[in-house]
Amino acid sequence: MGRKLLIEHAQVEGIRTYEVYRKQGGYRSVEKALKTMSPDGVLEEVKKSGLRGRGGAGFPTGMKWSFLAKPEGVPRYLLCNADESEPGTFKDRYLMEKIPHLLIEGMITSSYALGANTSYIYIRGEYSWIVFILEKAIQEAYANGWLGKNILGSGYDLDLYVAPGAGAYICGEETALIESLEGKRGNPRVKPPFPAVKGLWASPTVVNNVETIAAVVPIINDGGDEYAKIGIGKSTGTKLISAGGNINRPGVYEIELGVPVEEFIYSDEYCGGIKNGKKLKACVPGGSSVPILPHFLINKTANGEQRLMTYESLSDGGFVSGSMLGSGGFIVYDEDQCIVRNTWNFARFYRHESCGQCSPCREGTGWMEKVLWRMENGQGKLSDIDMLVDIAKKIEGNTICPLGDAAAWPVAAAVRHFREEFEWHVHEPKACMERNYGLVREPVAV
Amino acid sequence: MTTTSATHGTPFQFSEAALAEAKALMQKFPEGKHKSAILRILHIAQEENHGWLSIAAMDQVAAVMGIQPIEVYEVATFYSMYNLQPVGNYVLEFCHTGPCAIEGAERIIAYTQQKLGIATGETTADGVFTIKEVECLGACGYAPMMQVGEFYHEHLTEAKIDQFLEDCRAGKIDKGTWKMH
Ligand SMILES: Cc1cc2nc3c(=O)[nH]c(=O)nc-3n(C[C@H](O)[C@H](O)[C@H](O)COP(=O)(O)O)c2cc1C
Ligand code: SF4
Ligand code: FES
Repeated sequence: MGRKLLIEHAQVEGIRTYEVYRKQGGYRSVEKALKTMSPDGVLEEVKKSGLRGRGGAGFPTGMKWSFLAKPEGVPRYLLCNADESEPGTFKDRYLMEKIPHLLIEGMITSSYALGANTSYIYIRGEYSWIVFILEKAIQEAYANGWLGKNILGSGYDLDLYVAPGAGAYICGEETALIESLEGKRGNPRVKPPFPAVKGLWASPTVVNNVETIAAVVPIINDGGDEYAKIGIGKSTGTKLISAGGNINRPGVYEIELGVPVEEFIYSDEYCGGIKNGKKLKACVPGGSSVPILPHFLINKTANGEQRLMTYESLSDGGFVSGSMLGSGGFIVYDEDQCIVRNTWNFARFYRHESCGQCSPCREGTGWMEKVLWRMENGQGKLSDIDMLVDIAKKIEGNTICPLGDAAAWPVAAAVRHFREEFEWHVHEPKACMERNYGLVREPVAV
Repeated sequence: MTTTSATHGTPFQFSEAALAEAKALMQKFPEGKHKSAILRILHIAQEENHGWLSIAAMDQVAAVMGIQPIEVYEVATFYSMYNLQPVGNYVLEFCHTGPCAIEGAERIIAYTQQKLGIATGETTADGVFTIKEVECLGACGYAPMMQVGEFYHEHLTEAKIDQFLEDCRAGKIDKGTWKMH
């Protein structure tokens, strides 16, 4: 059993309430930080921990915090990104729903480190019931002196609010989130300036994922060095993985980074193997935006090394034979799933969610969707396959925000690993509408 | 990005309670930044306008917030949770994204469409149900799923849909509320 730092107490009766959370050791990190540490001291611990952003990009949190501009007399903001809309990802929901106070505690300790006196949790609007869970917890935190003026007599003030969105994946992109929080359409901003210099209302701003902020709590409680002992190399600590698809035990698991992927999929502690005794066909390990892996690259890398649940191991081989840890949205496909249909489905998602500002993304996502749809419906041409790759290439790197890349990568990866299956769709137009291609063959070394 | 046209609708007034709440929401933001409260105020307006945002309702939001109507329209047309046309009493919002699709979402959606005799985007003649298809709602491990009002209904089966529709008709399904709890 791996250590659990975040959701260890998730099943404790009443943990959603302040009393029970406090009894389980809650709010110690705030006490420790405000009474015994300077803001920079907190930052140092976060740096030492090696914590990397859990929202998808994996950027070192301590470094991100140290970039925050601190001009005199200008407010600074910490925004928690609880927009969680990446297909396959439902871990932040679990954390907020079960242990709302953990996020609030993390927000207080982190806001103190950054010198923010007002912070917001931007949460996707569909999680409306969680809005109220969080607001109740915030009220309790105010009532018990953890929020408001002069917290614990330290002279530090903090107000914390929840701000719900209204349905838009793009608002998870940090500058779109800021626009949305300002009461506008969620159109990403051109960077620079980066939020660390000009973010919310043109003030210096840090945006962090729910899980990142929650991880600050154990880091301050036990020290950054302790946290860094967990995991492998630059993948330190624990990570929440939301597992879905054709597995026996879908759900949210906290793993120590470094667990073998094979163990994660097959052990009864986690996914419990493929449902209905079927074979594993493919896996998207980090949310819909990361490249799909065919079965022969899931448990082992192209070099034959064991694949581990770490940032490095999952991306081993680059986009040729690897993928990414991403948001931890782990999607498993059995042998009955059609890769063309799945790729079409994701293309449709990105077309729908594109904000429309950049032509490559706005037009390209629509083209990919249409081409994939006609292949899936037995009307594809062989030249469509290369056209898909070409469109993906033309989107990648040519847009304001990374949504364009996120739309391009899954298509490019599906064609790379499952070209045979795409070709089969063209050659067997009738069969492809009735049944699935089956398992792709392992490439033979030549 | 969605492109939608809006409808004027009948005159709209916020209830006293909603008006008070809208004012409280605006105060959560610094002086002069109260426009930030718009998304939530729109949620409340939608709830008070039978589940959709008419132009009349959006104009009221603009008036209450002291901003231009166009500022409200451009926001309301961007986000998928706002309905710009009338909807039924229960809006069944099915997730149709990948992880749900491979666990049977398409089958469940087709079943519901057949049962109600409507396509996605349509409302039953009696005005009870609207079917909407939406993107991943963060319930991928509990697929197939739909959202109705504030709540998620997960691990859907045909039998569960039958029961659910019946319970809706009997008025037994709680839709929750965007107003303060
Ligand atoms: C299209 C798009 C959607 C995103 N959605 C989310 C999201 O829902 N939640 C999240 O934490 N980060 C999301 N991100 C990443 C954020 O932009 C940002 O990197 C992250 O919130 C930073 O937090 P972290 O450093 O703690 O991971 C998204 C990025 C893009 C480009
Ligand atoms: S890449 Fe797509 S989502 Fe991002 S800003 Fe451009 S059009 Fe909008
Ligand atoms: S794919 Fe349906 S909830 Fe995520």
